[in-house]
Amino acid sequence: MRELLLCPPDYYGIEYEINPWMSRARGAEAALAQKQWEQLHATLSKLDCKVHLITPQPGLPDMVFTANAGLTVGRKFIPSNFRHKERAGEQPFFAKWMEQRGYEVSWLRENLYFEGEGDALFSGDALFCGYKFRSDIQSHRAVADMLGCLAISVELVDPRFYHLDTCFCPLPDGGAFWFPMAFDDYGQRAIREHVRDLIDVSPEEATHFSCNAVVLRCDIVLPEGAPQLMTKLEHRGYRCHALPMSEFIKAGGACKCLTMFMPQRESVS
Amino acid sequence: MFSETIELRGHIIDSLILPKVLDQILTHGANFKIGEIEIGKKRADQSFARIEVSAETAEALDELILRLRQHGAEVAKREDAQLASAPADGVFPRDFYVTTNQQTFVRFDGKEIEVQPAMMDSAIAVDRKRGAARAVKFFDVRKGDEIIVGHQGVRVVPVQRATSRTDVFQFINTIIDADEPKSAIIRELAGELQRVRRARGEIAVVVGPAIVRTGAGQHLVRLIESRFVDRLFAGNSFAAYDLERALFGTSLGISPDLAFARGGRENFVRAVNAIREVGGIAAAIKKKIVTSGIMHACVRHNVDIVLTGSIRDEGPIPGVTTDAIEAQKVMREKLTDVTHALLLATLHHSLAVASMLAPTVKTVCVDIDPSAVERAVEHQPLQSIGLVTDVEPFLRELTDYLSDSRVRD
Repeated sequence: MRELLLCPPDYYGIEYEINPWMSRARGAEAALAQKQWEQLHATLSKLDCKVHLITPQPGLPDMVFTANAGLTVGRKFIPSNFRHKERAGEQPFFAKWMEQRGYEVSWLRENLYFEGEGDALFSGDALFCGYKFRSDIQSHRAVADMLGCLAISVELVDPRFYHLDTCFCPLPDGGAFWFPMAFDDYGQRAIREHVRDLIDVSPEEATHFSCNAVVLRCDIVLPEGAPQLMTKLEHRGYRCHALPMSEFIKAGGACKCLTMFMPQRESVS
Repeated sequence: MFSETIELRGHIIDSLILPKVLDQILTHGANFKIGEIEIGKKRADQSFARIEVSAETAEALDELILRLRQHGAEVAKREDAQLASAPADGVFPRDFYVTTNQQTFVRFDGKEIEVQPAMMDSAIAVDRKRGAARAVKFFDVRKGDEIIVGHQGVRVVPVQRATSRTDVFQFINTIIDADEPKSAIIRELAGELQRVRRARGEIAVVVGPAIVRTGAGQHLVRLIESRFVDRLFAGNSFAAYDLERALFGTSLGISPDLAFARGGRENFVRAVNAIREVGGIAAAIKKKIVTSGIMHACVRHNVDIVLTGSIRDEGPIPGVTTDAIEAQKVMREKLTDVTHALLLATLHHSLAVASMLAPTVKTVCVDIDPSAVERAVEHQPLQSIGLVTDVEPFLRELTDYLSDSRVRD
């Protein structure tokens, strides 16, 4: 059974602006955010998985986005090194929580920016890693060294899709759905060369954070607003669970950003 | 050119980072040379590439490196050059670095300094206080001078071949054999010389006695009169043959105007004596003893004449530098600002000059002996043209084109 880590949105809010979605002038509605998160929690809990919760911390509004806590493979947890100081305070809480549950915490060098599962997603035996806006390409090499796996670095070029998990979602059948224009030409070619059966998401649906989805076997939990994508996924045998995510999209996140797999993979092979 | 060595590590092949970095270098107008590449064998193995990146300016290089760093490029660490003291006057330390004629930089105290001048078969002396590095010959070195040993911290930047056709040198870069047509090349050369003259470049002409003996002297005179020669390098014999012809109508006793004329060698010796008698070439011209010929044209048109001697010289004619070391110094000094060199029908003098030229000097070598042409152009492999031909028709055709206003330039 897959295990997931979520963080209740007790302290969630738009308190700073570190991506194009965030605007303090257009803050998130706390009650609605709470309701949307609870819907996500409930939906995931009903699927074939076990959900863990980490205690939220005051002053760390983005801790709710647990995908950026780090990357877990087997019993190894690689904590993130956040690019923005506003989020750096989350790191020790996540690392301690994982350590207390028996995970081996493997630290990256302090000068390597790496934002966890937000920028590192397995497809097949390759770990696809996004770089430029948040994670540095140098961190990919270090992660590949730690895990002993193939890391394919792809450059993100659209600041709205600043993390890999905002524009690329691998599927268990070896395919993926993605928004190609979020990548440079070389990144697009690298993904096309390594991932068969790609589903292109339209620009309109991509801006609804449709790629920011949690995939659990045949179930896909994604933000609402992507009817075309859902049709394509359902045609391939997936069950889609569309959820309202408006209050989290205001901060540049949705279903996947709110979820970290523990582990994302049991092993790299 | 300014350059820096970068290193790429990781899954740079699967991620297409290597082609991306190479493409970015080229699209920013810079060049690259892959020094080392190791491709991972297994799927999870990482690869490595060391790439030398060079750009026209230091600023362009910095900006490019900054961009490449975003894609994981790391600037390779450079070590300082190693120094050792010269053990005695005129002796380099063992393992001293031997220079090429290419632009060379040395690194010491963490900074890179260009070696001046770019001079082949020399050592590099470093003056730490002045932050200077100079190429030195044996006669330049004094006991205790700090000389670079080994290759560490030394970087050579070869002249790059242009990717687009800008002139005949970059277009051809080869030797035209005796049985190949030459008119088109000579016409292009004429155009190039006209451009050089307008751009105030400095043209050096290195000449051998065959020019006088084949009757090509008159064409060289036209070249001088048309201001296409700034400096003339020759030996004692060349000057003597030319002066003999001016004084007696022969060169080494032979008149090029008479089909079967044979004369004695004595005219040659008498000509040398005549010049020695008046104290030199300029004096002979001033006194109207010499009223024609190449030397005459040079003096009349203020062309710098650099005459150096050899073992077989008669005389010598006053003004010929006979001390070999002194001659090297004079020639180097007179070649400093030369932009174009015509090496015409003289093997040893051409080789001596070619070995002293900066790599950027464009060179034309004309000789009837293919091996002479080959040896002379090898010093400037990307900036030279060799023509295997008698020098007389070459010079005749060149001067005809130069006087023809229709020559394209």
